[in-house]
Amino acid sequence: MNATRVSYTLESSLESVNKAEQAARDLAVKTGFDEEEIDRIAMSVREATVNAVLHGNQYDPKKRVTIAFEVTPESLSVAVRDEGKGLDPGSIPDPLAPENLLKQSGRGIFLIRAFMDEVRFRSMDPGTEITLIKRVRGNDPDGKEASK
Amino acid sequence: MTMKASTRQVDGIIIVDLSGRITLGEGSVVLRDTIRDVVAAGNKRILLNLGDVTYIDSSGIGELVSSFTSVRNQGGELKLLNLTKKVHDLLQITKLYTVFDIKDDEAQAVASFSK
Repeated sequence: MNATRVSYTLESSLESVNKAEQAARDLAVKTGFDEEEIDRIAMSVREATVNAVLHGNQYDPKKRVTIAFEVTPESLSVAVRDEGKGLDPGSIPDPLAPENLLKQSGRGIFLIRAFMDEVRFRSMDPGTEITLIKRVRGNDPDGKEASK
Repeated sequence: MTMKASTRQVDGIIIVDLSGRITLGEGSVVLRDTIRDVVAAGNKRILLNLGDVTYIDSSGIGELVSSFTSVRNQGGELKLLNLTKKVHDLLQITKLYTVFDIKDDEAQAVASFSK
């Protein structure tokens, strides 16, 4: 398979979040996504990296965030991994529920799921890996998210 | 990359003109501090002009919600003006479009506040 892979190991900082977002934007442009898709991919990678830095690694300077991009003619996939205590995606409250609508936080993973074609979570030892996949238009046989 | 906020007053309404990115870190902090200062000065009728906001993330959305509830809890009103398509879409996806009072004409927005 014809694939390009790029990976970054980043510190647990806000600067890393901006770097990850920019890297995602650049790769999405190269892959040929349209402007709206590029924005959505960049925001999803930003949100995943914020989760890794903030909730996963909790800004711990000893912990790193790894971001691995893979581009094929069919899709762009991004795996964001932290070294935190782990995340149970099933425990994330629905931000659209009336009791959560006016909460300040809790919309990041919801937006990622809304913007990407497929989102997978994997428990690591330690940490969590979230993989985001966006298919190049015309390579999307099944539609939305395949697993949690 | 950063966000700027400036305030002006029209017919007793404080208009906060925001530009740039409202994201985790600096942008969200600028918004929070600006709203805090405006409310502390006794102004509780606030119009947030988002026309020049180029980008907003979930943290920025959270800050908008927090500003809205904070002003409302103190008996005030906070409305949004001039949403870009990106911000409009985000508020629609997160179902916040119906929570906020959203305007696209400044004069009409100013007139819509309770006297």
